[in-house]
This record gives sequence, structure tokens and C-alpha cells, in this order.
Amino acid sequence: MPRVTTTCDAHHIAPSAIAIGYGDSMPTHSSMPTGRGITLATALPRLENCGTVVRALSSAIRRAPLALFLFSAVVPSAIAASSGGPTSPTNIFAPASTPAHSIYRLSVFELEILGAIFVVVFSLLAYAVTKFRDRNHADETEPPQIYGSNQMELAWTVIPVLIVVVLFLSTAQVIHRVQDAHAPDGKIQVTAVAHQFWWEYRYPQLGVVAANELHVPVSDPNNPTPTYIHLLSADVDHSFWVPRLAGKTDLIPNHPNNMWIDPHETGLYLGQCAQFCGTQHAKMLLRVYVQSREDFDRWVHDQQQQAAPANPDVAAGSALFISKACFACHTINGTIAAGKVGPDLTHLMSRDTIGSGSVPNTPANLLKWVRDPATFKPGTLMPAQDLTDQELGQIVAYLMTLH
Amino acid sequence: MASEAVPLTVHKSPLAVVYEWLGTADHKKIGLMYIVYALLFLVVMGIEACLIRIQLAHANATFLSPQVFNRLFTLHGTTGVFFVAMPILVGFGNYIVPLMIGARDMAYPRLNAFGFWMTAFGGLLLYGSFFAGASIAQAGAAPDFGWFAYAPLTSTAFSAGHTADYWNLSILLGGVGSIAAGINFVATVLTMRCPGMTLGKMPLMAWMNLVLGGLILVTISPLTAAQMMLMADRYLGAHFFDVQAGGSVVMWMHFFWIFGHPEVYVLIIPCFAFISEVVPVFSRKAIFGYPAMVAATVSIGFVSLGVWAHHMFTVGMPSYGNAFFVLTTMVVAVPTGIKIFNWLATLWGGKIRFATPMMFAVGFLFQFLIGGLTGITLATAPFDWQLGNSYFVVAHFHYVIVGGIMFSIFAAFYYWFPKMTGRMLNETLGKWHFWIFLIGFHLTFDTLHIPGLLGMPRRIYTYEAGRGWEIWNMISSVGVIFQGVAVLIFVYNMVASFIKGASAGNDPWDAWTLEWATTSPPPEYNFAVVPEVHSRRPLWDIKHPEDPDWKYE
Repeated sequence: MPRVTTTCDAHHIAPSAIAIGYGDSMPTHSSMPTGRGITLATALPRLENCGTVVRALSSAIRRAPLALFLFSAVVPSAIAASSGGPTSPTNIFAPASTPAHSIYRLSVFELEILGAIFVVVFSLLAYAVTKFRDRNHADETEPPQIYGSNQMELAWTVIPVLIVVVLFLSTAQVIHRVQDAHAPDGKIQVTAVAHQFWWEYRYPQLGVVAANELHVPVSDPNNPTPTYIHLLSADVDHSFWVPRLAGKTDLIPNHPNNMWIDPHETGLYLGQCAQFCGTQHAKMLLRVYVQSREDFDRWVHDQQQQAAPANPDVAAGSALFISKACFACHTINGTIAAGKVGPDLTHLMSRDTIGSGSVPNTPANLLKWVRDPATFKPGTLMPAQDLTDQELGQIVAYLMTLH
Repeated sequence: MASEAVPLTVHKSPLAVVYEWLGTADHKKIGLMYIVYALLFLVVMGIEACLIRIQLAHANATFLSPQVFNRLFTLHGTTGVFFVAMPILVGFGNYIVPLMIGARDMAYPRLNAFGFWMTAFGGLLLYGSFFAGASIAQAGAAPDFGWFAYAPLTSTAFSAGHTADYWNLSILLGGVGSIAAGINFVATVLTMRCPGMTLGKMPLMAWMNLVLGGLILVTISPLTAAQMMLMADRYLGAHFFDVQAGGSVVMWMHFFWIFGHPEVYVLIIPCFAFISEVVPVFSRKAIFGYPAMVAATVSIGFVSLGVWAHHMFTVGMPSYGNAFFVLTTMVVAVPTGIKIFNWLATLWGGKIRFATPMMFAVGFLFQFLIGGLTGITLATAPFDWQLGNSYFVVAHFHYVIVGGIMFSIFAAFYYWFPKMTGRMLNETLGKWHFWIFLIGFHLTFDTLHIPGLLGMPRRIYTYEAGRGWEIWNMISSVGVIFQGVAVLIFVYNMVASFIKGASAGNDPWDAWTLEWATTSPPPEYNFAVVPEVHSRRPLWDIKHPEDPDWKYE
């Protein structure tokens, strides 16, 4: 049956009409010289069609600033507010350090552009599928067959190219600013060594070794004291991610990496390992304590001390620490315990948590942990110790003297 | 109407039917086996996803142990990519492309059968690890290092037992199968076209499967090579990925992602093909900008080979390296945008019929738009330092894989099921399937972006309360119920329609490509007379002799 509508009859054309068809810069046939052309008369309904495109586009563009504003205002704040964002300690849109801030500004800029693209394309799609819906099923004629338009192809190639150029340049700038930053003299240097499933922090200039809780001084923008972290791995791949301070950087065996943070406010910043590293990847938590310079110096001073000489009250526990397997994995400065596999316990009681942030460091938790670490962290590499309740109590009593 | 349907098979003994399928080299039977095999694994993968979402529905859950959880997400990802998405797409290509180009089979029918059986054994081997992964005495073990299997977690030091070997061999075999399919697609499209079908007159689906075939050849090869290196490391004392002997774990990442990112296009290009067939037919218009669509597909194929390290922005590449991969990755947005605008222009001015295939295709367009835009955020290296490996990434790629690829596969099912079986799928059930799946999809994957923005890394078996993650995870898990119900409706629809669906006839959608010129299902030889074509839409020419395409192409 004939299905061709009037606007589709444009095929039978005089050569002169081809030129007109080209001049109209409308959705016509890309293969014009040999293909379908358009006479001016038959082109008119299509021009109208084309006008609809232009009107829809221009109205979308006119609304774009509004949408842009809405999007830029709504997205981060919706995330921040509706999800308990300010209270989420790991919100990437609540930066508190220069690298995180640079990323934040870039991401908001990018989300605005992408939001505008989304609004325009979404509206066009939504308009097309509602406007051109076939509501009259009885009408069996086919719509005009339009094969393409070089002008329109060119338009929707060039505009995305320009957007890509803008996004790329702004991105490259932030990459350079974060990755190639010049380290000032006042920097603190930390070597972070990731282990399955805990963090070792070494301060080579200060002679301090800590575990799982990273202490750094707050950095005053006028007198910056950023912390440069040298990232190493003792076993598999891990990733250091404290969202409010910086993006993540991986810790890879035999592939040292570096990152830096300069927290502007004191406080506790949370994060966790962000590269799957084995059974207990989920409980390889990060805690960064940002302290005033005085508090930080005091902490360093405390950490530099040897362990207190064994208190006679806990002599049994300290002997058990050596006679059982504990000392093979853990170090306690000033004793013969010098194991390197597990966290250094010299100042265990200066930490708020045990098990790499798994549970608060309370006597009860410590007892459960030593009895069987899998209670809190199934799959941890520390084995359950076959200890009697009495031995357990003695060891925990000893551990609790390690301030 | 059902009584009028052509009987599907003449009566044969069950054993004869089994032999017929096991020994077949017919591209349609192989295509169907690929599809059915992939659907079985889709169910397996879906069950794994349900278990994962139950565990993550609330904080500090103990429904699954960390060991089981880690196995589940590894199997879910590996199965999804290698044994659901790839086979189902290769299956559709196998079935449809020869018909579309007027051929009687693929170029290498027996290689085709070989490819299918390799892939099939690969999938079975992966699950074989449940039975003998650790040891006979310790059944139930499975690979637990994630689908990209970063070294050194796969080394003998961190993966004792044989679970890593099962994964290794399974990917190796599946890869060999895929390469066979890739060779076949390239050869078939280049050499088997019917008279008159020049490259410029092929349906877009044929073009896209040509690019797919080429991409498979270039990208599965490094993956297969990496599997052999891993095997040599584990059993022959090699040190490719052994850092203590001068190997490099970063090298595994490069090998994996130089496969892994083009793989995304291996998955999405066949879906572009489905959409490029469905959208014109249900808009009743020729595809807008055919040459631009071809050019965009080919350029996506090429550019995708130079973007892999955007999966590695956090591994410590120098700043200029990061900037390079930002640029190449963002460039992909240009041809992808061209495609979206061409589909949009195809809709524009059409007479859109919202049959089920078209509903899924329109769902694809909206969701692929969003998935593409979130992809640009991940291409921005600094933003990726925050978003990488977080739930935002999980949401992004599920948006592309479920919202894009799955939706287009559903579109393809509703579109070509009548051709494959001779029976229509039920439209009412199809619409229920669409709407319920749409709701479930958005509940599950829209919400998952947010915990990522709030610092939730992927692959954690549990999380603490108080980080603002709980509500989003709960909504996400609830969405899975909707998706499950929708898939059950789909399965019921397929089975019921296969048994007693309305007869389809040769050309139920009034479509324009050659597969609709033969019977449904097509005979083993496809066409009694090899057709001759004069344009990209041979059936349009026949239906509109007064106004054929060939005058204007």
C-alpha cells in the first residue's frame, strides 16, 4: 500500500531544487547529489519541523542557566543535606584540605556542565518521544523519510568537541596543581605501609612508628605545614582514601607512591582502604587525627618514648608476651619483642581503636581481641591464641600499661 | 491463531534432538545456544546479586561471612561480563547478522561451534571451583579476588588451593571462544554479504558487529596472554607479577585494562546495533545519518584502544600520563554523542510505536545518556581520585550495563523472539516487565551513586553505621525485588509465548532488513533464493516500489 506522505514526495526533483535543499541547512539527505532533494514547496512542512527543533533547543538553552544553577545548587547540597551529609564524615563534597578542595571545585564545575547537557538532551528526548508518538494507528502512511544532514552532524560533533576541550583543560590544570605541587620546607613526612589489613605509619624525621591512627598537624595557609605521605605496601594492593582530605592513591608492592594533605581544621577524619585487598578489606579503616601544632608535638614526644619499664604488677603478662607467640609479630620498644608483621604495640594505649579502627580500644574489647581476633574481624591474619582465661587477663593487664 | 503456527520441529526422538543440537554448526542453533546458556548464567548472577544486596541492606550485617561475600562479588562480576553479556550479545549477532546480510551461515560454521563450546566450558569451569576449588575435603570455595583479579592476590601466596586456577582457565577458555567468534564476525561481514550489499549498504547492525569482531581480536588477546602469564607464575616458576623477583603487579593492571576498557565497547557496540535497528523501525523512519553512525562506531572502536589507563588514575601515574588518558577518554564522548543525537533525530518527525521493543529502546536512550555523563566524571582524573573504586563507580557501570546493555538486550528479545521462534511475546506481560524492571532499576542504581559520593568503597562486605550510607543501601536492596519480579515475568512470558504465543508471521513489525524476508523461524538454509539488495532497507524497497531507497542512497 502507498505509505508515502506529501513531504516525502520530494524525490522527483529538478537539479535546481537540490541547491535549495542544501541552502536550507535542515535535516535533509546527506547524500543529496544522488539522493532525495527537496523542492521549496515540499520543504516548508519540514522547515516547520526544523523550526520546532530550533525552538526546543533555544528554549532549553534559555532555561539552561536556571537548570545549571538548580543543578549546581541542588546536587551537592542535596547530597550533603538529604543524606545526612554534614554528618557523613566521609563526604567528598565537604573538603577540608587543598587537594580535596581542588577536586571539589573542579567537580562542581563539571557537574554544572554535565547537568546542562543532561537537561538539554533529556528534554529533547522526552519531547521527541511524546510529540512524535503515533496516536492515530488507523493512519498507515509512513512519515517523511529523512536520511541525515551534514550540517546537523557537524553541529553535534563540534559542540561536544568544544565541551571536551574545556573539560580537559580545566582537568589538566587540577591534575598539575595536585600532583606536581611543590613541597614547602615545613612539611611533615610520613611513610605509610599498608598491610593486610592494617596501616603502619612511620615518621622517619621524628623516629616515630605508629599504627592505624595517623596524627598530623593542622596546616595554616599562611605558614603551611602539609603532610607528605610516601605510600608502600607490604603485601597486596591497597588504597589510601580519606575523602575530606584528598583523593585516593594506591599502595602497591614495589611501586612507591606519594600524596599530600594540608588539613585546614583540626579534628578526626575518617576513611578506609579503597582497593580490594583480601578477606578483611572492609575493616581496614583509616583514621586521621589533625591536631594543633602543640598537641601534635606533644603526641610526637610521647610516641618517641620507650615503653615504660615492666611494672612488677604485670610481670606475668610481660613474660607471657615473650613466651607465647606475641613477640614474633609485634614490637614493643625496650623489650626483645621486635616483630614486624603486626602493629607496633609500644604505645598501644595511646590509640582510640584496635583492629585498624574496627572497635574502640577498651579493656573488654582488648580481651576479646587477644582471645580471638576473628570475633571482630573474621579473616584477620592474627591467629587466635590458645590462652587460658588467667593468661589472657595477665597479657591484657600488661598491654594496658603500654601508654 | 496458535493452531495456525508452523510446527517448530518435526517429531524426532529426544536423543536425536540432543545430537542435533550438540553437533550443530548452524549459526541459528549456535546463536540460540549462546542465548539460552547466557540466560541460565544470568539467573545465577542475579541470585548472587540478591545475596550481595541482602548483606549490604543495612550496616554491620552478618548474613554472609566476608569470605563468602568476596566469592560472590567475584563470581557475579566474572559471570556477568564473560558468561552473560558476551555470550548473549555474540548469540544475537550469530543469529541475526547472517540473516541480515543475506548469507546462509557464518563464514566458518565449525569454528563457530568451537567458539560456543569453548565459552560454555569456560563458564562451567568457573563454577567447577565450587566442587574442587580448595580441595575435595573443602568444597564450596571459589575465586575471591574480584573480577579484575589484581596481582598479587592471584599468586600462590595469597590464593592457595585451586580457585584461582579455575578462574584462570575459565577466562582463558572463554577468551579462546570469544576470539573464534570475533574472527567469524569479521570474516562473515566482509565476505558473506549477498549480491548488491556493498559495505555502505549493510544494515548498521552488520557494521557494528564488524567493529565488534575487530575489537574482540585486539582486546581479548592481551587478556588471554595475561592468563598464560598468570598460569606460568603459578605453576612454572615464572615471575611476571612477582615483585620479589623483579616482576610487576602494575603490569597485570595494564594487561587487564587494555582488555577491560575496550571490553566495555565490545559489550555496548552490539547494543548500539540493537538500538539502531529498533529505533528506526518503531519510529517508521530510516536511521538518521547512517554514514556518521558508521564513522562514530569505527572511531569508538579505535579510540577505545587508547583509554585503558583511566582505570588506573589512582595507581600513581605521572601527571602527564594521567592527563593523556583524561583526554583520550573524554574524546570518546564525541562519537558517543553523535550516536545519541542521531537516534534522537531518527525519533524526530517519526510516528513512534511504543511496542515493547521500543519501550526498552527508549529506556536505553535515557539511561545510557546518564551512564555516559557519569562516565565523563570518572574520566576526569582528579574527580576519579575521589570516585574511583567507590560505589559511584559501581552505580555508573551498572547504569551502563543494566540500564544500557540489559535494556537493549530486552529490546532485542522482544524484537527478534518472533523471528527466532515464530511466536510473538505477549505485549501486556512485556509492558509489565518493562515498567517493573524500570522502577527496580532506578531504585537500585540511582541511589547507589550517593554512598559513593559519601565515601563508601566498593567490595566491602559490611560497613559502619553513621556515615549516611544506610538509607541508600536499603533502597537499593529493595529495588532488587522489583528487578527480580520483572525478570520472572520475562521468563514466564518467554516460556508461555514459546508454547502458545500468537503466530508471528514473517514480518510482524513491518521492518526493513533481510531477516524479515524469510520465514519465522528461518529454515536451516535461511533463504531459498539468495536475495539481492539495492539499498540499506531492501524490504522498504519491496514495500514501496514507487519510492525505493536505492534511488536516494
